[in-house]
Amino acid sequence: MTDSTNVTDNGSSSLASKAVDERLVTSDGVPLKQKLAITTRRLRWRAFVLTIPLVLFLIFSFVVPIGQMLFRSVHNTAGTDVAPNFAAAIQKWDGEGLPSEEVFALFAEDIQASHKRREIGKTPGKLGTRVNYEFPGSLSLIKSSARKFKKIKEGPYKEAILALDKRWSNPVLWRTLKRVTRDYTPSFYFAALDMKYDADENLVAADDIYQIYVSNFWKTLRLSAIITFLCFLLAFPVAYLLSTLPLATSNLLMILVLLPFWTSLLVRTTAWIAILQSKGIINNILVFIGIISDENRVQLIYNQTGTIIAMVHILLPFMILPLYSVMKTIPPSYMRAARSMGATPFTAFRRVYFPQTLPGIAAGTLLVFILAIGYYITPALVGGADGVLISNLIANHIQKTLNWSLGAALGTILLVTVMVLYWLYNKLVGIDKLSFG
Amino acid sequence: MASGNTNADDAYVRFEKVQKSYDGEILVVKDLNLNIAKGEFVTMLGPSGSGKTTCLMMLAGFEPATNGEIYIGDRSINHIPPHKRGIGMVFQNYALFPHMSIGENLSFPLEVRKMNKADSEKAVKRALDMVQMGDFINRRPAQLSGGQQQRIALARALVFEPELVLMDEPLGALDKQLRERMQYEIKHIHENLGVTVVYVTHDQSEALTMSDRIAVFNDGVIQQLSSAENLYEQPQNAFVAQFIGENNELNGVVEKIKRNTCTVRLADGTKVKAEKVNVDNVGDKTLLSLRPERVEIDPPEKMDAHLDGKIEELIYLGDHIRVRINVAGNDEFIAKVRNRGDKRELNEGQSINIGWAATDCKALDA
Ligand SMILES: Nc1ncnc2c1ncn2[C@@H]1O[C@H](COP(=O)(O)OP(=O)(O)OP(=O)(O)O)[C@@H](O)[C@H]1O
Ligand SMILES: [Mg+2]
Repeated sequence: MTDSTNVTDNGSSSLASKAVDERLVTSDGVPLKQKLAITTRRLRWRAFVLTIPLVLFLIFSFVVPIGQMLFRSVHNTAGTDVAPNFAAAIQKWDGEGLPSEEVFALFAEDIQASHKRREIGKTPGKLGTRVNYEFPGSLSLIKSSARKFKKIKEGPYKEAILALDKRWSNPVLWRTLKRVTRDYTPSFYFAALDMKYDADENLVAADDIYQIYVSNFWKTLRLSAIITFLCFLLAFPVAYLLSTLPLATSNLLMILVLLPFWTSLLVRTTAWIAILQSKGIINNILVFIGIISDENRVQLIYNQTGTIIAMVHILLPFMILPLYSVMKTIPPSYMRAARSMGATPFTAFRRVYFPQTLPGIAAGTLLVFILAIGYYITPALVGGADGVLISNLIANHIQKTLNWSLGAALGTILLVTVMVLYWLYNKLVGIDKLSFG
Repeated sequence: MASGNTNADDAYVRFEKVQKSYDGEILVVKDLNLNIAKGEFVTMLGPSGSGKTTCLMMLAGFEPATNGEIYIGDRSINHIPPHKRGIGMVFQNYALFPHMSIGENLSFPLEVRKMNKADSEKAVKRALDMVQMGDFINRRPAQLSGGQQQRIALARALVFEPELVLMDEPLGALDKQLRERMQYEIKHIHENLGVTVVYVTHDQSEALTMSDRIAVFNDGVIQQLSSAENLYEQPQNAFVAQFIGENNELNGVVEKIKRNTCTVRLADGTKVKAEKVNVDNVGDKTLLSLRPERVEIDPPEKMDAHLDGKIEELIYLGDHIRVRINVAGNDEFIAKVRNRGDKRELNEGQSINIGWAATDCKALDA
């Protein structure tokens, strides 16, 4: 073959250059590699210095909070804060029957001291709340007992406490106390996975009415997948149109696509309320046309349907933009070439155009899915009881029940889920193939 | 191949009164009539924006003709979609599908034609061997050099054995050397396969090298359709004379017409003889066109025309010497003098006499 442009025979040349490497020196005798390292190091330093503000910002706004969240999900000091001596002593108890007199005495002392101090975050109620997560009913017991403990002036404490309330003679309560007074505990993860300890300290599924988190995780994944798919269906033709129209027209359309970005999220979401509610625009039109009767208005909001509709709208640009940026780079000559070779428009699209949009599809779906899975505001406003996502449950624990450890555990599971999905996605698609535009 | 337009009866591709406008205001193709015989290699040559690509796109079916008919064989193809026209195409940017291997690229047209696998593999191999790229079947287009991609694009356009192949500046992206080699290769493939080729370029040496006939486009009109030799020797109008090859121009007025020759008075009053091409009346303005290598410096015998001039510049180019002369008020007049090694005495600033044969000087429309 007489081809001077042959690119195959670079094997021999790279071998040759390897042998030469060792001997290469600059004109002042320094080995070339060393000299190169010095010069590139300086450049790297400069680049690093320039990124310091961003790095610091990320550390304080991102790494530290996430670290705290991870820590808080396994670290809870309610026990040692309220009853430090008791917490240490009960760990030595073997869990058979009831703890010894000595443990009871420390319990009474610690609770009395805490009751007297009334220090925020260290009241008996704090311990009660913590125990209550795993032994319902114990909050009121501990609170009421704390008031009565001051009547117990001297031992034997065990008898006195058991006499106060017969619930104190339940060994399960004491085993729970032993468990929750450890600083480091996995129990919030078990709670987040709808599991609890039974009377014999075995992990079992929680009672049916407390089975909320796992099913909500699944629901979040399912809704996110539906939202992503709908976004894809809606965005693909729009992006195609944008990429093929003359520039002036496509710019105008692009403004319409970006318009939602310039409007407050709250405004957009409440606009959906106006449109979708049962006395809203859509229902009114349907009733007016006569498709549905006035009594049978469709429930389009405050349920999963509402969440899906509003979130598809809000996340649509994140699908359109990567798709558009990829499609814009596909020259029309590919389709023409395919057509000239005998492919019907559909075949040409399926075999030639579509495969080339895959990097955009991959980027768009990843972006939308990950945004959807952690979305908070929109489901909170239009989701009702049925359409809330896992992030709404997390917010509920952080803001209302103040069970931060459970919120942190749920958040960590969400984070891990996203990272696992990302990893899977990377395996299947390859992150380097993505094109965010 | 004979020069002039192939007559309509044995034409394979036929443009009949074709017009094209994109915006309804400007005709980018004006009244195109073109007959291309089976097996012919016709090149559309012309400056940028003259409508070459537009003609090709109309033939391929990607742009509708605004008016007129296009025939392949005796079938009007105006309403046949591109994928049913059976035309092979090579694009300027090659348009190799980046997500397919070379083999898949080539088997694509066979696959959509539902050819069975064994036949398809054979055809792909044959096509790749034809462009000497048999070893690259498993590569991706991105892993090939420009010239290699070009060959693959050519093989892909030919693999389904179309009778008509269109090429739109297929060598535009290659360097000069590679371009020249590919020109010969395409030419040979054309000769071996006997396909009809319509080729677009704005490189005239490419057109001259490859084509049976060349259609010189300007402003949406074919200025002249002829063999390379004819275009050079017998340009039909000033545009063709200027566009093809190097050309000296002298402005003048027709004094006298006698059959095929005419006498022209130049701007400085000198009268010269020239061949009448497209001037009709005495008194018309004309542009004389004269090839630099047909100019004699200090001719020993009397010629049809003589002018006095002064050498402005000498450029030594090895095989010949370019002499820039100030003649009849035109100081861009070039004469090429063959380097015979006889050390002719030419010096800058020297006054000389030039002469030419009347048949070498064309009187064209001004
Ligand atoms: N899609 C289009 N819409 C509007 N005008 C167009 C379009 N394509 C081409 N034109 C115009 O038609 C004229 C002819 O264009 P064409 O592409 O046929 O030129 P060409 O001879 O191929 O030039 P080049 O050598 O630069 O490729 C130009 O003036 C161009 O601006
Ligand atoms: Mg063109």
